[in-house]
Amino acid sequence: MSKPVIATTSLAGCFGCHMSILDIDERILQLIELVEFNKSPVDDIKTFTKPVDIGIIEGGCCNSENVEVLRSFRKNCKILISLGECAIMGGLPAMRNGIPVEECIEEAYLNGPTVQLNKERILPNDDELPMLLDRVYPCHEIVKIDYFLPGCPPRADLIWEALVALITGNPLKLPYEVVKFD
Amino acid sequence: MSELIKFKIDGTECMAESGTYIVEAARQNGIYIPTLCNMPGVKPKGACRICTVRINGRLMTSCTTPVTMGMEIESNTEQINELRKSIVELLFVSGNHFCPACEKSGNCELQALGYYYQMMVPRFPYDFPQKGVDASSPYIIKDQNRCIMCKRCIKAIRDDQGRPLFAFRNRGNHLEVVLDEDLGKQMTPELAEAAMNACPVGSILVKEKGFVQPIGQRKFDHKPIGSDVAV
Repeated sequence: MSKPVIATTSLAGCFGCHMSILDIDERILQLIELVEFNKSPVDDIKTFTKPVDIGIIEGGCCNSENVEVLRSFRKNCKILISLGECAIMGGLPAMRNGIPVEECIEEAYLNGPTVQLNKERILPNDDELPMLLDRVYPCHEIVKIDYFLPGCPPRADLIWEALVALITGNPLKLPYEVVKFD
Repeated sequence: MSELIKFKIDGTECMAESGTYIVEAARQNGIYIPTLCNMPGVKPKGACRICTVRINGRLMTSCTTPVTMGMEIESNTEQINELRKSIVELLFVSGNHFCPACEKSGNCELQALGYYYQMMVPRFPYDFPQKGVDASSPYIIKDQNRCIMCKRCIKAIRDDQGRPLFAFRNRGNHLEVVLDEDLGKQMTPELAEAAMNACPVGSILVKEKGFVQPIGQRKFDHKPIGSDVAV
């Protein structure tokens, strides 16, 4: 049997969850024995090159590109995991939910206390730039998500235990300390 | 009044003084029933329903129901735990509970109940309500995004004449707990501290005191809520 294939991505996240994946330390050598990585910032493969078994999503959806990437993950992965608070509930980016997008952009590019260089008062409007969504959406409000691993970031032990249980088919036993929301 | 009576919780024989509320009676017998709005020393009101148990086939709040002789109480059953978990989930989605950015994280009873029931994600859609933060008091911040309307601050924090410093404002969907405009002026650093401790979530915070305890030393970092009770 060939190794299960894993893909990961960071949407509206801070890459903290990916850092937490690396926090499994030397177990990463065991992980490489167990799985093969496909599209992921870990190996810098940019597009899916084969069907993937487990897709790991960090971050919620704050713009059109996030939605597109998330949908391509759903299409190419058998199992999707929401990793971390941002993927699960929008996280800190979702603190803008409730504030109109216009107000957010004006604060960021025109009125914010640290905005000084934008003398011509230009708002980003290039066609190449993804459109901001009206609010930040948790991943499971856009596509079906199979498993959720909370934390900010999720503890490395939680990621490790969950992945190993999923790959080996063994029941998941989590100590109290590894499931945290912060 | 002080007559000892026998009753059963999930089939376990228990004893307590008659008239004791079930939550307290269970605690005396080493059985944890989760609570949120209930607080020792304050008259119970059964607002949050997290302490719901089944007695004679009926669901009742155990913080407001006294034990009686021979009472048979179901508490730790699959159905009741599922009900309690869904209350926790509803509380999470009906406010803006951004745990990673909350000063109360690690000491928050709502969060601790999320851990207790292994809530990985609420099954309900997030409401993301628009709520305000009142930082006008010199001592406290009242963040409505996190308030769960448990009334603990209203009941527990009073001036020397027994008048509550916190009060309800508006009705229905607009209901919120606020620091009373007039009586709130009597807020002292000591009362502010007590108010923060009375709040089960991070809705009342003492100013300039965020993140005092490092991660790993907070109340619910290593032991689940209720582990001081369970034998």
